[in-house]
Amino acid sequence: MEYKFKVPCSKSKLAEIRDFLQRVLSENSIPEVTVNTLVLAVDEVCANLIIHSHHCNPNDFIELNVRVNGQSEITFDIIDHGVGFNIGEYEEPSISDIVKQKRKGGIGLMLVRRIMDEIELIKGKKQNVYRLHKKI
Amino acid sequence: MVEIKNSLVKDIFTIHVIGEVDASSSIHLDESIGEATSKYSKIMVNCEQLEYISSAGLGVFMSYINDLEEKGIKLVIYGLSDKVRHVFQILGLDQLLKITENEEEAKGIVNGV
Repeated sequence: MEYKFKVPCSKSKLAEIRDFLQRVLSENSIPEVTVNTLVLAVDEVCANLIIHSHHCNPNDFIELNVRVNGQSEITFDIIDHGVGFNIGEYEEPSISDIVKQKRKGGIGLMLVRRIMDEIELIKGKKQNVYRLHKKI
Repeated sequence: MVEIKNSLVKDIFTIHVIGEVDASSSIHLDESIGEATSKYSKIMVNCEQLEYISSAGLGVFMSYINDLEEKGIKLVIYGLSDKVRHVFQILGLDQLLKITENEEEAKGIVNGV
């Protein structure tokens, strides 16, 4: 099954993205704790793109494309037209440095990496696809 | 959307976090904890009605860990649902923050019992 969703780049739209994902995943009988972590990972990537790549410009859009393969495999494509940020190559800060520096950000992509099995950036001429893959 | 309510019973200040804490709403949690830590040394965070937390919310808690130690403030989080608790566990933040099952245990910790 394939599901699509498109939203303007506004932080207030994150809740709608989560509702969409929640609906899709619950429809496919995935356990609640797993649903929540998958929703979280996609929320983190979308929040990063909306805030850092699109500076919360509501005239820009991001698209979600979720493919569920039976009950065993899910692929989330997050598509945008921004500069393209390679999540796979992102260098992680350490938790103790974040605590020491009293930083409030910097752990979103760490969560995505822990939750998903594969993360990929497919950079095209017109669009970037951030592909998150999870085996259930 | 998050709703935050505060209560003060004797010398224990409680922040009740209701709803969802994400990149758009974490600022409210931050303001509330910031204010509480500037005035009180016994703080409980009631998360019984916290339905969702993202890294923005986790980051708020993390950013106060040093302040709590430096100022000798006791802050205890309680009432996390299984799915929200799991989010704290992914990066091991449940080891850096004081988290209890319920209000009674949280009270025990802030009162130094």
